[in-house]
Amino acid sequence: MHLEDIKKLLKSKTVGIAGCGGLGSNCAVALARVGVGKLILADFDVIIESNLNRQYFFYDQIGQKKVFALAYNLHKINPLINVAAFDVKLGPGEIVTVFEGCDLIVEAFDLAEMKEMIIETVTTTFPVTPLIVGNGMAGFGMSNQLRVEKVSETLFVCGDGLNEISPDQPPLAPRVGIVSNMQANLALQLLLGNSNQDNL
Amino acid sequence: MKIMLNNRIESFEEDVLTFEELFLKKKFSFRMLVTKLNGNLVKKEDRSITQIKDGDDVVVLHLVSGG
Repeated sequence: MHLEDIKKLLKSKTVGIAGCGGLGSNCAVALARVGVGKLILADFDVIIESNLNRQYFFYDQIGQKKVFALAYNLHKINPLINVAAFDVKLGPGEIVTVFEGCDLIVEAFDLAEMKEMIIETVTTTFPVTPLIVGNGMAGFGMSNQLRVEKVSETLFVCGDGLNEISPDQPPLAPRVGIVSNMQANLALQLLLGNSNQDNL
Repeated sequence: MKIMLNNRIESFEEDVLTFEELFLKKKFSFRMLVTKLNGNLVKKEDRSITQIKDGDDVVVLHLVSGG
């Protein structure tokens, strides 16, 4: 596919990003760079210093709302895209309101129970909308354990499925960055209508 | 019975298993799970009554924190 064709197709697409931390901020940057027409961001959190070890924010943004800081950073990268930023804690009701009409949704929460909640909500409410989940990316090394799995026609999981964050195993830029970009890469594959979805 | 469990064929002596029984058999002790039967979501509260039969397509997705 030629770059011009890719750009033209992506311009008409809308992607929802649930959470603007390590996964969400880096995935959004990748999607903004390639020119996805509209990104819908949602997060309630504020940037703290420890976020900067993996999240796409800057030192002078500490204290700002992640969702607005990210919208600002995305526009600095690509002023041509449309960004809708929602400062909200996402529960089932908010997910339906905020992400209605998206071509696909990227799950970028940190807590397992939130991941479970969004999978249940999207599967039931938007049964044909693809959902790309990040699952298992704590620690360092072990790059070959990171993979993309197609769970069902519309549910995809990126990560190692295993390594949970803990004091001994913090989330760090490289693995979080890899997984968030696996999510972005898969989003492109689905948005560009790659006929061979099994070739992940 | 033979079922598809997470895209792999698995055989069990039983003709029918509930999700809870399947977890015991497979020694799954995960806290956060998403479960599906033939493409449909099986809610947490239904895992002890939803029956898995021969030929079913079963998904048990274990979720871990981090992001």
